[in-house]
Amino acid sequence: MTIASGTVREAAIAAPPPRSAAPPARPRKRRQLTRNRWGYAYVAPFFLVFAAFSLYPFMYTAWVSLHETSLSNINGGTWVGLENYRDLLQSEFFWNATRNTFTIGILATVPQLCMALGLAHLLNYKLRGRTFFRTVMLMPYATSIAAATLVFSQLFGRDYGLINTMLEAVGLQAIDWEAGTVSSQVAIAVIVTWRWTGYNALIYLAAMQSIPGELYEAAEIDGASKWKQFLHVTIPSLRPTILFTIVVSTIGAVQLFGEPLLFAGNGTTSGGSSGQYQTLGLLMYQQGWSNFHIGQAATTAWAMFMIILVIVGVNAVIGRLRARADR
Amino acid sequence: MFHSSKSRAAWGAALAAVLLTAGCGGSDDASADAADYDPDAPVTLTVGTFGTMDLDNAGLYDEYMELHPNVTIKQNNVAQSAAYYKSLQTRMAANSGLDDVQAMEIGFIADVVRNHADEFVDWSQEENADELEGNFYDWKWGQASTSDGATIALGTDTGPQAMCYRKDMFEQAGLPTDPAEVAALWPTWDEYLEVAEQYMASPTKPANSFFLDSPASIFSSSVYQGDLAYNDEEGNPIPAESDGVEQAWEYASQAADEGLTANLSQFGDEWVAAFPNGAFATIACPAWMLGYISSQMGEAGAGLWDIAPLPGSDESASNWGGSFLGVPADGPNVEAAKDLVEWLTAPEQQVKMFTRAAHFPSSPQAAEDPEVVGATNEYFSNAPTGEIFGESAANIQRTPIGPYDTQIQEAFTTALTDVAAGGAEIDEGWDNALKAAQQATGG
Repeated sequence: MTIASGTVREAAIAAPPPRSAAPPARPRKRRQLTRNRWGYAYVAPFFLVFAAFSLYPFMYTAWVSLHETSLSNINGGTWVGLENYRDLLQSEFFWNATRNTFTIGILATVPQLCMALGLAHLLNYKLRGRTFFRTVMLMPYATSIAAATLVFSQLFGRDYGLINTMLEAVGLQAIDWEAGTVSSQVAIAVIVTWRWTGYNALIYLAAMQSIPGELYEAAEIDGASKWKQFLHVTIPSLRPTILFTIVVSTIGAVQLFGEPLLFAGNGTTSGGSSGQYQTLGLLMYQQGWSNFHIGQAATTAWAMFMIILVIVGVNAVIGRLRARADR
Repeated sequence: MFHSSKSRAAWGAALAAVLLTAGCGGSDDASADAADYDPDAPVTLTVGTFGTMDLDNAGLYDEYMELHPNVTIKQNNVAQSAAYYKSLQTRMAANSGLDDVQAMEIGFIADVVRNHADEFVDWSQEENADELEGNFYDWKWGQASTSDGATIALGTDTGPQAMCYRKDMFEQAGLPTDPAEVAALWPTWDEYLEVAEQYMASPTKPANSFFLDSPASIFSSSVYQGDLAYNDEEGNPIPAESDGVEQAWEYASQAADEGLTANLSQFGDEWVAAFPNGAFATIACPAWMLGYISSQMGEAGAGLWDIAPLPGSDESASNWGGSFLGVPADGPNVEAAKDLVEWLTAPEQQVKMFTRAAHFPSSPQAAEDPEVVGATNEYFSNAPTGEIFGESAANIQRTPIGPYDTQIQEAFTTALTDVAAGGAEIDEGWDNALKAAQQATGG
């Protein structure tokens, strides 16, 4: 969330014409400031809310992460410096959660974005009842995580789940979805994919509609098939949008929490009997709100933030390199 | 400073925003002195509870409000005790937002006793402290007391344990169904496991059924039969060195490994669904579990279940669960809240809680009351529940409790689930459990 607000802020700063470009005389600068006071007044509420609910918790989390303290004594606790970070890096629970976060992230993000792209492409054609299909696609996104996960965890139930009943009906063996590492991660990835595919498809669709029709006409004159058009006109035009959805989905994947928490079905926070689907978000919750070690939880939160920064940075670098290569 | 009305308006807008985000702090510090207490003044008392404590369902609030027309009771119930405790903790940390009466579960009262005792009314300082103390089992009183003798809450129910079994399924598997004969089948856990093997080998048992619901059923009940459960005498977690844990692990891991259990996560969705589906023939049942069973199975399950003593209970009975009521010391209605708690936890009311809602008393006077001793439970084939749980309660092994009991128990039962699912060998599961317990206690 902080990242998202950060980018919004950068965009806001970048938007007005760079003042330094035309070096004004000192008094003019001052006059400009006063002339802009209404602007500052109007944006002030956002930044105050941002400071109260994003910046302050953010710094406070950093401060708490340097202490050994419990949930019922947040402001007390003893200063331990970077010890929590050292412990975290040596904790097998942390590395297990990191591994799971990445595998679930890949299992959920890759099929999700591919399917979204395909769906958007189909919806871009003139179809009867197009608005209906577009609305339906957004429905999962409007469903609460809790409701969706509760339904899915019943579908994936071992003894009485619909999926196992169907597997058995066609003569296959029932799967203990929750107990296995791969099966539980696939199940959680399905929930995430179900919920987010339509949302991403709509973003792609919006971008597709801004691709000029002449490009397709030209491609058609050159004898390109629909598939070739998709590959060589649609995809390149969507590149910035695809990069955006990858970044957003990755951030979402690193923060994955509600689905694995509720998938357990009995309120436990260990992410399965051997931690097979414990994610970083869930580990943080377990440390802070099941085990009451709020300092450790704050440390994990900061570790997650660092991981997101690195991933977003790598994405940005790749995006820039590609853009330069194209030029 | 302000040059124009325009700029004043701008500053005003910013100021309004500051006020909006500043929130509404400030607490009303109106704790009434005992001297000012007027027992007839109109007062609204809030009671924070969790799960199914049934104080409302048993009609106790209504009764109290009838006796004291000036009192209005409002209950704030949170379904999950873990969620309840989280909000209680943050409120204790801020020492604000607490209800006039706060319920506490055995799973976390040790933490409150250790770290927040001064935020609650100390019952040992009351004029009638001796009388109050005499109302409760000494171990129950002790669980809510600090090492220097302050007692922060009064007991409501306890969880003396027995073993519930399905008569119809026993019959189909060729096992006896009469409670006395069933009791004779399993004086010890080893014999219980032998019966389990016999059941699983029976060709006539209901298809796809198991002998018990989960390895946790064995573990969570037998762990309290040792001298120590999860803690040493000072309440420090020592799961690796406890005789109770070692014994419980031995029995439970054997059941898990041999596939005698349906391997359900207790209190999970599948576990709930398994009751009406008849997936298991026995389940360890503390007194409060009876309510779970009857509400999960409904009318269809009436008369199918019966109750026998817990294996090994001749030597030492055990207690699983139970709750307390405490009064935050800085509340606005402390005196009125104290009166309410004293009344709610008094032996007469505990008798009602048992006869009306199957919560077993934490008071020996109530447990020995003819109404309790003679109580039978129609749903459970008219089993003499008063007698069964009463004997168990009188025999209870007093194991010291600690601040991380819930988490440590979860670490072990989770590892057992893994063993039963074939995810880990027994020894590996033990190591995993200890590691998870270590992580929970903060190592």
